[in-house]
Amino acid sequence: MTTSTVKTPAKSAYWAGVRDGAPFILMAVPFATLFGVIATDAGLTLAQAMGFTVLVIAGAAQFAALQLMVENASIAFVLLAALAVNLRMAMYSAALVPYLGSAPLWQRACISYLNFDQTYITSVARYEARPEMTVADRVAYFLGVATPITPFWFGMTFVGIVAGQAIPDAWALDFIMPIMFLAMVAPMVKSLAHVAAAAVSVSVGLLLVGMPAGTGLLIAAGSAMLAGALVEVWIERRAR
Amino acid sequence: MSYSTAEIWTIIAIMGIGTFLIRFSFLGLIGDRPMPAFVLRLLRYTPVAVLPGMVAPLVLWPGATDGQFDPVRVLAAVATVLIGIWTRNVLWAILGGAATLYAAMGITALL
Repeated sequence: MTTSTVKTPAKSAYWAGVRDGAPFILMAVPFATLFGVIATDAGLTLAQAMGFTVLVIAGAAQFAALQLMVENASIAFVLLAALAVNLRMAMYSAALVPYLGSAPLWQRACISYLNFDQTYITSVARYEARPEMTVADRVAYFLGVATPITPFWFGMTFVGIVAGQAIPDAWALDFIMPIMFLAMVAPMVKSLAHVAAAAVSVSVGLLLVGMPAGTGLLIAAGSAMLAGALVEVWIERRAR
Repeated sequence: MSYSTAEIWTIIAIMGIGTFLIRFSFLGLIGDRPMPAFVLRLLRYTPVAVLPGMVAPLVLWPGATDGQFDPVRVLAAVATVLIGIWTRNVLWAILGGAATLYAAMGITALL
């Protein structure tokens, strides 16, 4: 990360966000296109597929809902499973409170709408690294990160719907999402406590993989957060 | 798919509203009321607690291979993590991981 030359602080924070969000265009393009293609294949109209993307903006949940709809699952089950996939965002919401809690309500509402994996993790990494940021700077940075990603997410869904050509399996696009998530989290592993949290997350997540969509992950994430916090306390005690 | 138009729009609308409420929950309601120290400590580990558990099954049992273990995908995942830890840079980790994925796929295709 470069140190930005300070004009208006909020403005430079916004542009720093744009810069840090830009790499995720690489991920948004294939993913959104794929969603458009699959949604059309599944029988959604253009308006429905776009409505999905604009109202929900949460890739993993959109794909999960679509999959269940193709299988003609009951409406209640589609909703429960897809919302369960999104429950992790309640944790993101809580984790943003210490940084953004005193921003005006309408700004918190905008940020909530745009609070997905990429914007959340990129922003929190910045907030942690720079505790001196003002709340206005933090809001500007968050919106900056969302700026390059969101139009591509919407636009490429549209392209996928219109182009409608299935993307060959040989491109292995299924694996771009795991790579992106790992790439986001690896640089954040910076202490023994983080290693412990990640290890617990992986092992409990694998153990509970058979549980209904999203619920195993919630338990894994909860135990991992506890593991991280406990190891942190333990290290602090030993250091004294 | 055998839903009526109204049913599809119902699914989309409730998912949209529900997802927003999940995202708005804490940030919207708690605002700047102080949170207990241990809660703050827990929240610090949110990203490393959520993403690895979400990705691990996708790495070991990818949907694209019908859940069969795939050495190419595991190799790409390991490369992504190592490059990410080493460079501390998201973009390099994504590029390195994708390059490993396609290189390994190319090599296995030639063999």
